[in-house]
Amino acid sequence: MIDFTELTAEGVSRHFGRRRAISRISFQTHSGSILGLLGPNGAGKSTMLAMLATLLRPSEGHIRYGTSTSKQAGAALRRSIGVLGHDLFLYPELTARENLAFFAALYGASDGNAAANSALARAGLSDRASDPVSSFSRGMRQRVALERALIHMPRLVLLDEPFTGLDDASAAALVARLRGLRGDGAIVVLATHDLDLAEGLLDQAMFLRDGRAVESVTRPDSLRSTYRSIMGRAT
Amino acid sequence: MIRTAWLILRKDLTVEVRSLEIAYTTLFFAISCVLFFAFALVKEGKAPEDGAAGILWIAIAFAGTLALGRTFERERQAETLRALLMAPSDRPAIYVGKLLGIVALLLGAEVILVPLVAFLFQAPLLSHPFWLSAILLSGTLGFASVGTLFSAMLVRARSRDVLLPVLLYPITVPVIIAGVRATAALLQPDVELALVRFWVMLLLALDVVFLTLALWTFEPLMTD
Repeated sequence: MIDFTELTAEGVSRHFGRRRAISRISFQTHSGSILGLLGPNGAGKSTMLAMLATLLRPSEGHIRYGTSTSKQAGAALRRSIGVLGHDLFLYPELTARENLAFFAALYGASDGNAAANSALARAGLSDRASDPVSSFSRGMRQRVALERALIHMPRLVLLDEPFTGLDDASAAALVARLRGLRGDGAIVVLATHDLDLAEGLLDQAMFLRDGRAVESVTRPDSLRSTYRSIMGRAT
Repeated sequence: MIRTAWLILRKDLTVEVRSLEIAYTTLFFAISCVLFFAFALVKEGKAPEDGAAGILWIAIAFAGTLALGRTFERERQAETLRALLMAPSDRPAIYVGKLLGIVALLLGAEVILVPLVAFLFQAPLLSHPFWLSAILLSGTLGFASVGTLFSAMLVRARSRDVLLPVLLYPITVPVIIAGVRATAALLQPDVELALVRFWVMLLLALDVVFLTLALWTFEPLMTD
C-alpha cells in the first residue's frame, strides 16, 4: 500500500475520440477532507472519478497521489484506493458474504470470511449474509457495495452517487460513515446530485459543467443556492 | 498474480456451478451442432473420412465463442470488470483467471463431445488418449487465449456479439487448422505419431505466441 496525504490533479483532460469529456481540471485535496464533485448529468464527474481510480488514463495532464503517479505506483497504488461506482461491482449470483470475502481476498486479506463478516456487521446485514445479492433491495446492495469499497481500509475513497437507493436512515448512516473516514484521515472524493445530503459534509466543492471546472468553493454553506448561483452564471 | 488468477477462477466456477448457464447453453449448442452434421454426413453408417476431426473442432470453436461472450457479459452487467481492474495485482492476472475459467469450461464440454463424435462418426478418437488430450488441451488454450483477450476488449462495444467472431475466427484459423489436422492424423488406420507430434508442437508454439501477446496487450487495451 502506498501512503499519501495529498491528491493533486494538474491540468487533467480526457478525450473520447473528438469529444472532450474533461477539460484541464486542476485541484488539490488532502487527507482528512471530503471533496465534492457537483454538476449536472454529463458534466464529467464519473470520468474524473474513473481517472482518479486509475481506470482511465488522462489524455493530458497528471494526477499525483502524494509524489507518485499511477504509472509509477501501479498495483501498490490501487491497494490504497476504494471505489464505489454508480454500478455496484457485486456479483448477483454470489451471497453477500461470498462477494465481500472475494474482494477482501483480492486485496490480500488473509481471512476473507472474517473480513466479510465484520463488513456485514457494519452494514447491518449479518442476518442476510448467506443470501444471494440478487435477492437484495437496491438500498441493501448499496450498503454491501460500500463495504466492498472500504473492505481494505483505503487511503483514497472515490464515491459515485453513493446515496442512490438509500432510505433516510441508511443515508444518514452513510453520512456518518463518511465523516468517520474523514476523521480517520482518508481522502474522500464524492460525486453526487444529492445536494441536501451533501450539505454540511463537504470540505471543498468543485462545480463541473461540460467537462470544465466552473468554480471551486471551500467549506460551502447553503450548497443548493450556491449550486444554482454558479450554474446559472455558467449557462 | 497466481493468487489473483486463482481467486478469479474460483469465483467464476462458483458462479457457473450455481447458474449452470454457460454450461447448458454451450453444451446444448455443441451437441446440436454435432447431431446436425451427423444426420447430414453419415450415410448408411459410413462417415466421410476425417469428417469427425472437422466436426469436433467446429463444435469446440462455436461453443467456445458462445462461452467467451457470456463470461464477459457477466462482468459487464454490474461493471464488476472495473472492480477487478482496481485489484492491487498485475492486471494480466485477471486475464489469466478468466482464461483458465474458459479453458476449464471448454475442456468439460469436450469430455462430452469427444465420445459423442466418436460414436456418431465411428471414429477411433479414444484410441490414443494421451495424444488426443494433448491436441485438445493445446488447441483449446490457443483458441481461448485469443478469445479471452478479444472478449475483454469488446466488453463495452455495442455490437460485441457480432464483432467477437469476426475478429476471433480469422486470428484463430491456424489453431483450428492445426487442431483439425492433428486430430485427423490420429484417426488414420496407421497413426504417424511423428506427424501428430509436429501438429501438437505447432499448437504449443501458437499458444506461446498468443499468450505472450495477450499478456502484453491486456492492460493497455483495458485502460485506454
